[in-house]
Amino acid sequence: MSFKDVLSPFTAWKHLFHDPVSIRNPIGRAAAPRYRGFHQNDIEKCIGCGTCETICQNGAIDMVPVEGIQTKQGDSGLRPRIDYGRCCWCALCVDVCMTKSLNMSNIYTWVESDGDAFRFIPGVDKKPWDDAAHGYRRPDDHQLTGPTRLREHMPEMEPEERIGSFAEIVHGYNVEAAKLEADRCVSCGLCVATCPTHMAIPQYIKAIRDGDYDLGVALLYETNPFSSICGRVCTRKCESTCAARHEGDAIAIRWLKRHIMDQVSDEQIKKVVGQPAAPTGRKVAIVGAGPAGLTAAFDLAKKGHQVVVYEALDKPGGMTRFGIPEYRLPYDVIDRDVDVIRSVGVDIRCNVRIGQDITLERLKSDFDAVLIALGLQDGRGTRIPGSDQPMVRKAVDLLRRVTAGEDIGTPRQAVVIGGGNVAMDIARTLARLQKKQYGEVKVILTALEDLPHFLADADEIKESGEEGIIILDSRGPQQVVIENGQVTGLKTWKVKAIFDEQGRFAPTYDETDEQFHPGTMVVEAIGQMADTSLLGDALTEQLAWQRGRLQVDAGGRTSEAWLWSAGDMVRGPDVVSAVADGHRVAASIHAAITQGVQQ
Amino acid sequence: MLDIFPPDRTQYPAKKADGTLDIDLTSGKYLKLWQGPNHPGITGNMSVELTVCGDEVVEGKTHVGYLHRGFEKLMERRTFIQVFPIVCRVCVPEPDFNEYCYAACVEELAGIEVPEMAKWIRAMILEMGRINSYMMYLGGQAGALGQGVIGQWTTYVRDLMLDRFEELTGARIYHMFILPGGVRDTLPDGFAGRMEETLCEVEKTLKDVYDVMFCNAVFKKRTVGMGVIDPSWLEPYGVTGPNARAAGVAKDVRKDSPYLIYDQLDFEPVTGQNSDIYTRADVRRRDVWVSVDLIRQILAKMPKSGAVMAPLPNVLHWQIPRGETYVRGECSRGEYGYYLVTDGSGYPRRINVRGPSYTHAMALLERMIVGCNISDVAALMVSLHTYPPEIER
Repeated sequence: MSFKDVLSPFTAWKHLFHDPVSIRNPIGRAAAPRYRGFHQNDIEKCIGCGTCETICQNGAIDMVPVEGIQTKQGDSGLRPRIDYGRCCWCALCVDVCMTKSLNMSNIYTWVESDGDAFRFIPGVDKKPWDDAAHGYRRPDDHQLTGPTRLREHMPEMEPEERIGSFAEIVHGYNVEAAKLEADRCVSCGLCVATCPTHMAIPQYIKAIRDGDYDLGVALLYETNPFSSICGRVCTRKCESTCAARHEGDAIAIRWLKRHIMDQVSDEQIKKVVGQPAAPTGRKVAIVGAGPAGLTAAFDLAKKGHQVVVYEALDKPGGMTRFGIPEYRLPYDVIDRDVDVIRSVGVDIRCNVRIGQDITLERLKSDFDAVLIALGLQDGRGTRIPGSDQPMVRKAVDLLRRVTAGEDIGTPRQAVVIGGGNVAMDIARTLARLQKKQYGEVKVILTALEDLPHFLADADEIKESGEEGIIILDSRGPQQVVIENGQVTGLKTWKVKAIFDEQGRFAPTYDETDEQFHPGTMVVEAIGQMADTSLLGDALTEQLAWQRGRLQVDAGGRTSEAWLWSAGDMVRGPDVVSAVADGHRVAASIHAAITQGVQQ
Repeated sequence: MLDIFPPDRTQYPAKKADGTLDIDLTSGKYLKLWQGPNHPGITGNMSVELTVCGDEVVEGKTHVGYLHRGFEKLMERRTFIQVFPIVCRVCVPEPDFNEYCYAACVEELAGIEVPEMAKWIRAMILEMGRINSYMMYLGGQAGALGQGVIGQWTTYVRDLMLDRFEELTGARIYHMFILPGGVRDTLPDGFAGRMEETLCEVEKTLKDVYDVMFCNAVFKKRTVGMGVIDPSWLEPYGVTGPNARAAGVAKDVRKDSPYLIYDQLDFEPVTGQNSDIYTRADVRRRDVWVSVDLIRQILAKMPKSGAVMAPLPNVLHWQIPRGETYVRGECSRGEYGYYLVTDGSGYPRRINVRGPSYTHAMALLERMIVGCNISDVAALMVSLHTYPPEIER
């Protein structure tokens, strides 16, 4: 201790002459640009996926309905409500927001006497910081929902290889790739709402992550006995609403479904599916062994009813077998799904045409309920001049013949009319047959729509192009040109508009832009319709119809109490919708035939 | 202990056969007195149950639990990413060590390699936090002996540093910036310049603090020779950090087992000899200078660009293989560590936080406090630099 120690403390007095360091008005102080202040949400951008709610470790976020926001495909209609009594401003909600709609402002203070005001819906309940330009935004490389936004690569055949055969193009994921793809899922469930049959998608994707394939199969069979088939050819509306697509690729839900089915043996699937309930003594006849009919058969058989399915063709599967080419859906895959359906006691009788071999009246008297699920077997025609020629064919008819192994008289040059998946199927089938028979592909596909509005999958269009098929968009068919009684090609005009101002189908053409597409066969693939002749004149007269389709109630029951109808013939063409319809109609039939019966 | 007023040992309680003190409160010789839990002289919420004889403490029992929030248990109920926002709350004045230790544990068990840039930013944040923690201590230590002005000055520079935290991390107190995989963002534009201004201000304040607090007859009278931690106590009590370094032991995790980028920095652990309150305060004051220098070194040596986050799996269902690890670092109070056990699920099986305050505040204080004058208890408690929130996790 020294004299200095006595004097030195007095140097503190020099601060008397310094300006004060405190901020005069801390309330009005602007925070740093990346400050994590109060939440902002762009409710138009937000899809209500609820990932913010999932990650919030405080339970501060609830997804709630908001007036004026409708639930629609890809949008749950819910928006996050934040409770500032719980929030810790960690911003994990911002970090995992799938649309980048949720952000934080850099506003520093908020004074409010009403305690309830601190629980609010950002973007809906107006707040002073709604328009703040700065605040925490997720940095670009700060990514917590998986290392990549891109879909796991699906191994498949190269174009040169696949055009030479009808072998399946897509090889399917291996376990490792499937796990990586499954890891990208945020389990929001928007897909479940979109799927016609509401498959438990996040749950079966979790089963893949956990490697629990038996659970995966059980989850698939809860809603879809056609999972091997849907895993290959589903129209996958789920993927179009996937939250992941907002910043990258949608999760490959269809391929993951297929992966589960590929991983489990037939015996194990049958074991997981289990045995039906005790027999009820009720009998149900189903006409048509397509997805709708067989789904209903599966459900009803599981409940203990005796189910007989009548199929006019020689093999079950309906349009999945006779409409979809083998390179997309191998026949043994169909056999596999059908085999499981058989294992629960469904009796499928092929080569029985109702109306010819057995009458519908007979089914009515022999069974407690009858379901007709005929599908859309007949192709629609263009009715343009020359379309009555024998070498002008319908796509569904040709595809059925190819499946049956018949010779369709493959032309050296063919023109396909249509821009949907069926048009792609027949064009690519013809291309393969041409390659096999003549060594070169000469198929032209013309469609009314322009390329961005094609009804076919983008993959189909891309792969068709790779296989040498020439795709001409916005071309309206005008005439099948015939010389010496032989088809030589198709004349088309450029399409100006497909629909009129009221949105009705009324194509207009630019007649000056005419093209001739050479081909010895013209294939029409512009839509299908049902052949309901088996109903007979009297029943057709009795039944109620609506715009050419059988009128059914929500459960698929027609105006005749004993008769139900399901599938494409009432819903339009799509496998998964037919499956969903099969479930609905099975529930309705079950309710009707067990009415008054003690369970 | 000052020898001006030697205590009258005849007044001391006798020991019973089992070694405990024979204190008869009805005798009128002793008084039970609670220091805390809301005493302004202690840094946070803990209390010491004092038995005094006159103004001399004959027995002290530490009581904790006033701040218990059960963090370690809360963590077991959260996914790995959800743990990240709550770890910082284990220690309020220096939260970043929790973030770093937890992140490093997770990275080790999940096999994640942190980008180089993130390591430098992490080290800088830890040093910034260290300065803040010491500033809080210096104010508290001076305040416990009646020097309010020091606290005002150190709070001022601490606030400047919080401004730097705010612009870098987006928050002032709980930064939630170091997360498994790296850090959230890069340095903002012009950060180094503003940091240099802040460091200059820190240095200026340190000089003032030295003149007014350390070259101060009153402060020296009350702290020199007071509250000595005998070097032989260091091992059995697990004393680390400045408390150990003031006893002449150059223990510093940054040097002993360098983490992050500390092996690329040039510094020496600060030590003292006398192990009393004054020496401990002085070691901490000099340690601030080291931290100031380290931040300058980091800003000069760190890469100019680069990723700050390693690619993580989807954190919503992040599972970490079975394993266990202990990660430690040198915080302002000593060795800070996290022990993490994982069982292959999406949740930590067990997390144990090893904070230096636990050992310093509870067992060590009970021993040191005996024989202390009641007016020095606050200064003694502060001199151990303990943070009760960190005792009670």
